[in-house]
Amino acid sequence: MKKTVDASLAQEFGLTAEEYARVVTIMGRTPSLTELGVFSVMWSEHCSYKSSRKWLRTLPTKAPWVIHGPGENAGVVDIGQGYAAIFKMESHNHPSFIEPYQGAATGVGGILRDVFTMGARPIANLNALRFGNPETPRTRQIIDGVVRGIGGYGNCVGVPTVGGEINFHPAYDGNPLVNAMTVGLARKDRIFLSAAAGVGNPVVYVGSRTGRDGIHGATMSSAEFDENAMAKRPTVQVGDPFIEKLLIEACLELMATDAIVAIQDMGAAGLTSSAVEMAGKGGVGIELDLDEVPQREPNMTAYEMMLSESQERMLMVLKPDRTEVARKIFEKWELDFAIIGHLTETGHIVVKHKGQVEADIPLDPLADQAPIYDRPATTPVVPEPLGAVHAPLSLDAALLKMVGSPDLASRAWVWNQYDSTVGGQTVRRPGAADAAIVKIEDTSLALAITTDCTPRYCHADPKTGGAQAVAEAWRNLTATGARPLAVTDNLNFGNPEKPEIMGQFVAAIEGMGDACRALDFPVVSGNVSLYNETRQPDGSPLAILPTPAIGALGVLDDVEKAVGLEMQDGKAVVLVGETRGELGQSIWLREVLGREDGPPPPVDLAAEKRNGDFVRQEILSGAVSACHDLSDGGLMVAVAEMVMASGVGCELESPDSGIRPEAFWFGEDQARYLVCVDNAGEFCARAEQAGVPARLIGLSGGNDLILPSGVTISAARLVAAHEAFFPALMTR
Amino acid sequence: MKAAIVVFPGTNRERDMAIALRRVTGHEPRMVWHRDTDLTGIDLVVLPGGFSYGDYLRCGAMAAHSPIMTEIRSFAQKGGHILGVCNGFQILTESGLLPGALLRNANLRFLSQDCHLRVERTDTPFTHKWQKGDVFRTPLAHGDGNYTADQSTLDRLEGEGLVAFRYAAPNGHVQADDVASNPNGSVNSIAGILSENTRICGMMPHPEDLVDPLMGGVDGLPLFEGLVEALVR
Repeated sequence: MKKTVDASLAQEFGLTAEEYARVVTIMGRTPSLTELGVFSVMWSEHCSYKSSRKWLRTLPTKAPWVIHGPGENAGVVDIGQGYAAIFKMESHNHPSFIEPYQGAATGVGGILRDVFTMGARPIANLNALRFGNPETPRTRQIIDGVVRGIGGYGNCVGVPTVGGEINFHPAYDGNPLVNAMTVGLARKDRIFLSAAAGVGNPVVYVGSRTGRDGIHGATMSSAEFDENAMAKRPTVQVGDPFIEKLLIEACLELMATDAIVAIQDMGAAGLTSSAVEMAGKGGVGIELDLDEVPQREPNMTAYEMMLSESQERMLMVLKPDRTEVARKIFEKWELDFAIIGHLTETGHIVVKHKGQVEADIPLDPLADQAPIYDRPATTPVVPEPLGAVHAPLSLDAALLKMVGSPDLASRAWVWNQYDSTVGGQTVRRPGAADAAIVKIEDTSLALAITTDCTPRYCHADPKTGGAQAVAEAWRNLTATGARPLAVTDNLNFGNPEKPEIMGQFVAAIEGMGDACRALDFPVVSGNVSLYNETRQPDGSPLAILPTPAIGALGVLDDVEKAVGLEMQDGKAVVLVGETRGELGQSIWLREVLGREDGPPPPVDLAAEKRNGDFVRQEILSGAVSACHDLSDGGLMVAVAEMVMASGVGCELESPDSGIRPEAFWFGEDQARYLVCVDNAGEFCARAEQAGVPARLIGLSGGNDLILPSGVTISAARLVAAHEAFFPALMTR
Repeated sequence: MKAAIVVFPGTNRERDMAIALRRVTGHEPRMVWHRDTDLTGIDLVVLPGGFSYGDYLRCGAMAAHSPIMTEIRSFAQKGGHILGVCNGFQILTESGLLPGALLRNANLRFLSQDCHLRVERTDTPFTHKWQKGDVFRTPLAHGDGNYTADQSTLDRLEGEGLVAFRYAAPNGHVQADDVASNPNGSVNSIAGILSENTRICGMMPHPEDLVDPLMGGVDGLPLFEGLVEALVR
């Protein structure tokens, strides 16, 4: 295959005419095929963030506890007692649509590598998933493959999958979202970075051999799908979690020595991006001899090896006198180990193969002159207030319908396919608290971890939706008693070349930034996934709902003080926060009236902070025995979830609020929590002193949820309605 | 009691097992890499859970042929005590140290959930802290835990009382065709079995993951406490 390199081939590789002209200027000649390949992947949306960078820079990234923010493989925060948590969330959306099992599995594998490459042992996985209309066979096929893929990979590597979220909406029919998050643990003085140093130092390749899989995967992920999407299956990589497990153990064993100068996983754009980024960050040149690269297939070209996205590979710069120490460790774990090059002082990446120079690119302009776009953006129009709505269903009928609806039904069918206990540190398993709680072995510390986003809010009002996603994540951590520390974001949007999509992106970032600043909750890592659109059979494009998924992490200094959401017997149930009855974009509106309209509930960040800080303080003082934040479905759904978690019932009092019952019980007003306490009077008095609204709404006991009208629903009946959805859907 | 935990490539519950053993013995167990061959001074060999060799070929099939297994066979012949959990149970059946086999779960999916086990026999080092018929809760996490054996083996296991644990409802009721209490479909609801000399025990669920109130309970602790008492020197 001898291809002529010109603007038309560049376009095939995803570069515009202007971008290609810039390549020719930098090179001072027509680039070789391999060079064009390197430029096209490094300048792809996926690797260069060319549409989003301008806006990402506006997010707050600093706090006294932040050790490394964006720019490294993952974010690093100080959690105390000498430890650091290292975490990031990343999308694998496009591959998961084309090939659900492998797409999801390699998504998990990729994010694990981002974390252990920094010296951390991965201790928890989470995943934020969005699927299309559950009624279509294709959606069920995607769910089945994605869940098996996440489990197949995570279970085998022995990292517990402890949480996550799932939403359904027809906007994801042609474009499901698979956002995988990993949290790792390291000594805070043993963090490994990717900046190469030391001219002459050996560049070492470890892990799986390189094959022809995933070539141009990063480019594929930077374009929208058309009717030929399935023809792109060969660009999806294939994962091997067994090799990943060996790679984790071998890397951590090597990291306990002093052999490593720099290390980086080979993720999107494979050897190209790892070599370019390591040398670029270190301000050195790098020379690679591809004849030394361990290869899975014969006769691979330089172009194929540089662009392959074969999984489970790492690139390291070692101290020259430690290479044999390192080799022995990788031989013990039966992994390939090869010295494939060295650092130079040329400032270029030079790629040699079979005695020929296949690429010779100056690194500075490759990075500095990468395109960056200030794309036109239209300001989203926020919907008019909802106005009066009728309530065709009684409260109890609406509740039963809602707890069994796709977005609120029990996820146990999914969670029960993920190993959530391996490691022996899982204090709260999925569903037992608002955030997963994982203990740090041999310390009193535990991490609280959650993922959150409400895409229907983001669609109606991206700015409020962006703020709400951050606020809900903060609230979920707070509801366990944890101190929220930092955020990783996974920004999933449609085609940024459309002003209305870019407008969603800009507004969502603005809302997120406001919330992160108000809550002292910096963004320390993240990932952007654009072009999440699929052309429908009639030719019109379908964009996903804007989905800025937030992964968040907090710390409990004393794990014994963590609370879950199981309602205990004989407690006063108190509602914290103000209720105005916001039904716009609510689950009630959608499930009961079939409407998706109105504005999302407003987010009052000062109230979020005030109410949350008060609740956390009450939890840590021991006054609160159970806590649950209010979100999808509102107050009565939250009560029902606490009842279902324990089987202990609750008798609710009449609201006496001047708000219509459906708005009071199902409105999705923010900044609210439900707590179980022994003494409601004293609790409410302390709340009043703190300027926090609080009111008794019920007493726990028995096995029934008793509504103010006297209507009784047994916990068992709620559970039956709640648990039916997934098994019924997936055994059709 | 001196315990050794054998680590194969792909083993992933060795740390959980170490926590449980440390809790009852007060000291660290010895981690033995599968290429090592020294079990000198060891009272209990533990084959922990995980995906040895990625579960490729069959679960446990390749680990059953790794270098350490020669030493483990000889340890067994000399009357040594061996506990195999999950993948460790699969390795014990693949290596012939215990009879039968573990098939894909009946629903063909990985299962990660709590289950309840009924203690079937109490005169063994693994079970003597319980009363016969006691029921305890324990997590399970496996794709291939569906125990099976040919009829004559089953007759022998049942006849000689070599079934240690059965999957049961919380009230102790055992019903093999009930997916709620016997989630992986094991024949006769068998969750764990013993060798003839009752010194080798293989089981699918993970008692080592329920030995701390913080993690939800201490239901798994009696197994480890019992081993320490039985193997005291």
